[in-house]
Amino acid sequence: MKALLLALPLLPALGFVVLALFGGSLSRRAVAALGCGVVAGAALLWTVLAVGYGVAPPPGEALRANLALWLAVGGVQAAFSFTLDPLSLVLSGVVTLVGFFIHLHAAETMRSEAGYSRFFAYFNLFITCMLVLVLADNLLLLFLGWEGVGLCSYLLIGFWYEKNENGRAATKAFLVTRLGDVGLLVGMLWLFAVCGTLDIAALNQVAPESLTAGTATMIALLIFLGAAGKSAQLPFQVWLPDAMAGPSPVSALIHAATMVTAGVYLLARLHPLFLLAPEVLGLVALLGGAGALLAALAAAAQRDLKRVLAYSTVSQLGLMFVALGVGAWRAAIFHLVVHAFFKALLFLAAGVVSDSLHHELNLLRMGGLRRRLPAAHLSFLAGAASLTALPLITAGFYSKDAILWGIWASSQGGLLLLGLALATSLITGWYSFRAYGLVFLGPAQREPHDEHDGVPVRLSLTVLSLGALASGLLSLPHLFGGSQWLETFLGRLLPGLPASSGALPSLTAEAAVTVGASLVALLGAGLGWWRYRAGRPATPPLSGLGEQLRRVLESGWGFDWVYARLFVRPFWGTARRLQPDPVEQGGDLAARLSLATARVVTSPETGGLRLLLLGLLIGALLGVSILLGR
Amino acid sequence: MLTLLLLVPAAGGLAAWLVGRRAADAPRKLALLTLLVQLGLLLLVGQEPARFGTESPLLEQQHPWIPSLGISYHLALDGLGLVLLSLTVFLALAAVLTAWREIREREGGFYGLLLLLVCGLTGVFLAVDLVLFYLFWEVMLLPKFFLLRYWGGPGRVRAAWRFLLYTFGGGLVLLLAILGLHLAVRQTTGVATFDLPALLPAAPGGELGLVLFAGFFLGFAVKLPVFPLHGWLADAHAEAPLASVVLGGAMLKAGGFGLIRFALPLFPAAALHLQPLVLGLGVATILYGGLLACAATDLRRIAAYASLAGMGFVLLGIGAGNELGLQGAVVGMVAHGLIAGALFALWVVLRAQTGTLALDGLGGLWHRAPRLSGFTLFFALAALGLPGLAGFVGEFLVLLGTFRVSPAAAALAVGGLVISAVFALRLVQRTVHGPLRVTRPVTDLAWPERVVLGLFALLLLLFGLHPQPLLDASQAPLAQVARTLAAGEPQPPVEDHPEVAP
Repeated sequence: MKALLLALPLLPALGFVVLALFGGSLSRRAVAALGCGVVAGAALLWTVLAVGYGVAPPPGEALRANLALWLAVGGVQAAFSFTLDPLSLVLSGVVTLVGFFIHLHAAETMRSEAGYSRFFAYFNLFITCMLVLVLADNLLLLFLGWEGVGLCSYLLIGFWYEKNENGRAATKAFLVTRLGDVGLLVGMLWLFAVCGTLDIAALNQVAPESLTAGTATMIALLIFLGAAGKSAQLPFQVWLPDAMAGPSPVSALIHAATMVTAGVYLLARLHPLFLLAPEVLGLVALLGGAGALLAALAAAAQRDLKRVLAYSTVSQLGLMFVALGVGAWRAAIFHLVVHAFFKALLFLAAGVVSDSLHHELNLLRMGGLRRRLPAAHLSFLAGAASLTALPLITAGFYSKDAILWGIWASSQGGLLLLGLALATSLITGWYSFRAYGLVFLGPAQREPHDEHDGVPVRLSLTVLSLGALASGLLSLPHLFGGSQWLETFLGRLLPGLPASSGALPSLTAEAAVTVGASLVALLGAGLGWWRYRAGRPATPPLSGLGEQLRRVLESGWGFDWVYARLFVRPFWGTARRLQPDPVEQGGDLAARLSLATARVVTSPETGGLRLLLLGLLIGALLGVSILLGR
Repeated sequence: MLTLLLLVPAAGGLAAWLVGRRAADAPRKLALLTLLVQLGLLLLVGQEPARFGTESPLLEQQHPWIPSLGISYHLALDGLGLVLLSLTVFLALAAVLTAWREIREREGGFYGLLLLLVCGLTGVFLAVDLVLFYLFWEVMLLPKFFLLRYWGGPGRVRAAWRFLLYTFGGGLVLLLAILGLHLAVRQTTGVATFDLPALLPAAPGGELGLVLFAGFFLGFAVKLPVFPLHGWLADAHAEAPLASVVLGGAMLKAGGFGLIRFALPLFPAAALHLQPLVLGLGVATILYGGLLACAATDLRRIAAYASLAGMGFVLLGIGAGNELGLQGAVVGMVAHGLIAGALFALWVVLRAQTGTLALDGLGGLWHRAPRLSGFTLFFALAALGLPGLAGFVGEFLVLLGTFRVSPAAAALAVGGLVISAVFALRLVQRTVHGPLRVTRPVTDLAWPERVVLGLFALLLLLFGLHPQPLLDASQAPLAQVARTLAAGEPQPPVEDHPEVAP
């Protein structure tokens, strides 16, 4: 088992190394076979590990495997060692399984691209880094994966590197997340200074004893900054919509299987630390809820299909953070899994649509594609339904219901958070079916090419559709006769809800929340569908104020505008003002003075050597005279 | 043995200079041979890992020289010296291979000076007698000056003078501090000596110690360099023949080495007293160097300022003065020596291919030269401190060490990691990504270049994933310095220290 666990991240790493070194000389078929093959192998390994884990759980619910020492010095020790426990098992399953189908899809849709082997090298590296991140048993190794996924997102967002705007989007993604990483890094330094270890299990154990409330709050806040950066939460969400510059499979990978889920994972992984800082958890929930609603409203105003989906990711991640904040750890991870399926599906379907329209992504220039792109249509419908959380038939319904129930039942919840979540739910339904209607319903605006119809695309869309609709079965609530299997499994590691008044959750209350949430989702979806049932409605342009509001929403509430003035421009202004370096100039002034002195005593031709000799002479004389003076 | 390490490059340099008049291509071959011999000698020395754990030197050699003044020919090699010597020889080899095609005039003189520089550096890393040390310190500076002055670019005269005035000024301060120390010790103990082991227990504390520490610090800080004494750095990197800058990375390390070997152990109380200042200068160097690198428009200057920011981390670790900080500083010195060396070796190729090193003339190279671009990306990532590469290990250990003494300094320094990401990604964006702007036909890397750059990349990766050999080799001397600082007074060496890593 341990060997298999070590092989899990190493297999995609092998794919990366081979593709990076020799990818240029391989045929496209070989590149695809290798790139997809190693991830398929990892998925297979994961399956074996999962079955093994289920049959015979390791002692202490954690299988540890050590590959090699990284560094050991002055009390710091970090190794390349991995832990498989319920949380990392679930996460690595998402990474390998969903990741594999995205790879498969890309093998077909990226075939005509110039940098085919470069693409799969980066893709394999992405999977590797994400696996390292979720399996790492110490914070330093986790940070290696953490920065690694940041790098991969940079490389892949900027995959079409000829365009400067893609480079800008990629750089923005890296820098914004790196800003958050500063918090994470300082938090790690602080944790080590207090607890003397970087081992996650040990930290979680000693944190309650060795941290005072104030320290715990500060550290938790710093680590949350890192999580918020990666998971595109307020105030760091600005990088994610621009990250759409990359190819669609890249968006699918970033938004579903890797990268943005890292923040959610980190908080769940360090939950004992966060439980010591209830104020921070309150902030996490509040920022998550506010971000969810703001992003949903922004999504409703987008005209670019992929940007709609990007804002929906920010919004759905916000809901996961609300769940984390109120202590519904298991529900947050449940939603993460379900979200991975339907968001990967939505992006891949969007990729098929835009590929058949010459990379068109403007919603207003689409329409009527229902009959011409049947596979994309059905997949998108399944994904949108799951995103909206249409009752009973979609997985999103069950996972979102778990979150809403968590907010309702937790002592940390409250009506404000519930209101934010329900409002988000309403608008999610609206924008999902707005996008669906604009793309697929109504009259056709442009004649599309034939859609991708190879086996890889069909297979990946089908499997992910099934996941988007049926992965809720993993954790069917009691109300529907389920056993909450996934949440129970996660419960071996993650604590349950902090109950509000000791009262057991009653089926009546649960049913009330479920029915309420269903009605809200149905209302939003119904309104969206009604308005856009015939494609783009013929409406007069918005009045001045309305148009301005729409623009603010479309720009994502103007965060970029504010940040540009608050940070970006002052930074570059300062940097440019230092060219030429004033310190260098100041030094020259002193140099000129001494050179002027030197010119008095030497001729210009051989001044160099003479000055040097003079200096040596003065030095020597000074030394000797001091010595003799004693 | 230690004398041999000095003689080989000196003799090789002399021979290279002499044969340069007869055959044009003989000097470079001779230089290559000399350095390979030197590398062989070092490997021989490094053969005895069992001795790394002890705090006594691996090799030592002492002969009286001017007994009346207590000056002796005293050389000693410890693990720290071995690490930096190996770095020097590796960088020198890379420099010779890089210069193979770049330098086409007065080759005898060029390679002669290059080897003389190696000799000076070797002496700096070996000498434990302060007069001997100062001698080698100057031997190290002069070849660099002449290389800059006579083989440099259009602005070489100004650059050479800047270099000379700064480093010579620093050297003068250092000399005065050495003499002051000698006199103070002679006054208190009556023994005339320049020998470090003899000076250690008798070095003055109090205000005199503070002044002398400041002298040593200034002398070494100019070389490192430290904000605001870095005025010579950018010009020296931008105007010097690029191949000599590959080795220049090793020269900066002499400053850090001097601080660790001399300034800290001699004046622990003063170092503690001035710790806030040193940490502050470290942070200022990191941030200021980073900002300069962000707005610079020439690849050589970007690399020079990136190197400045990296040296800020080294100074920070030295300022922290605990084992973690010092170990981080040493790994950082090696890492930034490799990163700067690799970048300048890369610039040689880039300039030969495109005819320019200005950002405005570059862009989109990935279309034409994917391997060259891949290396650029890799070394840029190393410069921004990507975990898994050597730079990160150094920075992380420095930050761990610094956080223990000053959380605020550590937090500010972490901000430097964001700035380094800005300039590294800007470098990538403006050279290899973006639309193709290079008009000349560009061919990709040839085999010899691939091997040199590949070795750099391999070492950065190796020390990023497995820094333990570096850490183990320098552990014992650094632990002793850290103990001295913690106690505030010199500590006797401990034989067979128990903290040897398995």
